[in-house]
Formats: sequence, C-alpha cells, structure tokens
Amino acid sequence: MNRYLRYSIPLIIFVVIALFLGWGLRQDYDPKHIPSPLIGKSIPTFSLPSLEQAETVISDKDLLGNVYLLNVWATWCVSCRAEHETLVQLARTGKVDIIGLNWKDERDKAEVWLRQLGNPYSVNIFDKKGRTAIDLGVYGAPETFLVDSQGIIRYKHAGPVTMQLVNDTILPIVEQLKSKG
Amino acid sequence: MRRLFFVLSLLFLSHTAFSATLAEYSFETPQQDDDFRAIIEEMRCLVCQNESLAGSNAELAVDLRNEIYDMMQAGQGKDEIIDFMVARYGDFVLYSPPVKPSTYPLWFGPILLFIIGAVVLLTILRKKNRSREAELSTEEQQRLDNLLKQSTDSRNADQ
Repeated sequence: MNRYLRYSIPLIIFVVIALFLGWGLRQDYDPKHIPSPLIGKSIPTFSLPSLEQAETVISDKDLLGNVYLLNVWATWCVSCRAEHETLVQLARTGKVDIIGLNWKDERDKAEVWLRQLGNPYSVNIFDKKGRTAIDLGVYGAPETFLVDSQGIIRYKHAGPVTMQLVNDTILPIVEQLKSKG
Repeated sequence: MRRLFFVLSLLFLSHTAFSATLAEYSFETPQQDDDFRAIIEEMRCLVCQNESLAGSNAELAVDLRNEIYDMMQAGQGKDEIIDFMVARYGDFVLYSPPVKPSTYPLWFGPILLFIIGAVVLLTILRKKNRSREAELSTEEQQRLDNLLKQSTDSRNADQ
C-alpha cells in the first residue's frame, strides 16, 4: 500500500499542476481583465457639452429613467472602428439606447467619423479632458457600460463589442432590467 | 571598452531624460514631493499593466499623475488619493494588494505552503529515524555484537 502511494506521488503532482494550468487556459479567461469596482454603483456625476452641439450641456441626471449603453470611444482608437458596425446594427434594432462618450478626441474628427461610418448614438458626450472617463475608471477605449433606469451601472465590457456579446450577454441583461421597470 | 562606456552613458542619459518628465510637478515642501513620488510609484498604470504610474508615458498615466498632483495641491492626503483611485479602478491599481478575504490565498498561501512543507519534511525525517532504530531485532543485535567481539578478539590476537 505504502509503495503504491509513493509511486503515485508524481502522478498526483502532475494532476494538480495540470488542473491549475488548465484553469488558466479556460476559454472565457482574460488575464488582462480588470474587474470594475463601479458595478452596482451610480454613474459619476458629470456635466459636459454634447459632441454635436457645443452649447448643449448634458449631465448624468439627463440620462435617468432609461436603460442605456454608455460607449466610450474615440477616433484615435482602432478597436472602436472595429466595433462601430456592431453598434450601428444594435442601434438599428432599437432594443437599447446607446449614448456615446467621446473620449479625449477632437470635435471635427469625431463628426466626420459619425458622418462616414454612421451614427448609432442617440447623443454623444464630449469629454475632451477625459476627467469623466477617469471617474468611470476607463483605462482604454472602447469600453461599454450598461446603465439601468436609476443610473446604476449593471455591467461593463472593456474592449470591442461583438454581436456575440450583444446577443449572449448585453441584451439578456437589458431585457431583465427593462422588465424590472 | 569605449563602446561599453558609450552604452553606459546612454543608460544614464536616458535616466535623466526620464526623471525630467516628473520635474514638471513642483511642490512647496520636499516632503510633499516625496509623498507624490511614493504614491505614483505604488500605483499601477492600467494601460501598460507592468509599469507604475511614475514610470509610464501612456496618456492615461499622465492624466492620472496630473489628477493626483492636483489632489495633493488641494491638500488631500495619501489615503484620500488611494481611495479615489481604488473607487475607480479597483484594487488592481495598487501594486501591493490589500489584505481581505479574496486576497487571503495570496497573502497567506506561501505561509501555508511552508507549514505543509515543514510538516511533510518532519514526518518523513521522523519516520526514517524510527525505522533505523527498529532495523535490528534483538537476535540480530546479539549477532552483531558477537561479530564485533570476534573481530576485535582476532585483531587483538594478531598483535
């Protein structure tokens, strides 16, 4: 008995290491993922001009009462271009409002972008200095927040939004939030 | 040798160039200056995750350095600044993670492994000792004594 135990020690060590390594290789695991401490909290207060009309000021209070996606984007961000078509398609379905937060960008470039690639946003907030983005814990565009009608952040995705993410994750949460009222 | 000197001087030059990027932050007292440097050394840049806020030239790192500088100028302390950063970016922004249930394995795991290792080592050693003591039965011991006695006797006889 003791001898069997002794010879099985390397096997046991192998299995334990293999399990740990396998766990690290699992499909949905992103080592660069940073969990947001803001989930379950209100979106930060802000008061910023709209991208389209510099005189119009948008504040966090204006967005209350509606479930919406807050998409952080910029024309200098390559991945934003990659996800843009998905956002346009999602906006076309009318299932959820998309609010843009144009981050550290230039107004004229952003306007050209929206004209050329289509505008999925019901409104765009122009965060030239990136101060509101800091309050949102943004560390790289694109980032997308799902906010409920009370202004509470329910979900966050860092990186480009894909159709799969929309259908598998975002829309189910939207349905759930909307049915709750 | 000359080439080595050249490379070394380049290294030193790059270091002064890097320090110059922090020279734009001036404080009234050296204490504040030290605090500022300490804080940004302890914070991780979220864009390039292996650099500190002090060492990174990413645009977000510059913005965050400015933000921390402004907070210090406004008289806010280190704890307030750390709370500010953690509220937005989570514990990830700290190079040294706080002690709490989700980080217990991180903080106490090594101690636990050490204790397990020590226990295993001690049991193995103790077992070895015990088995050595029990190696000879009384008859065997008797025989060994006899053999030893014989050999000393015969050696004595030779002399």
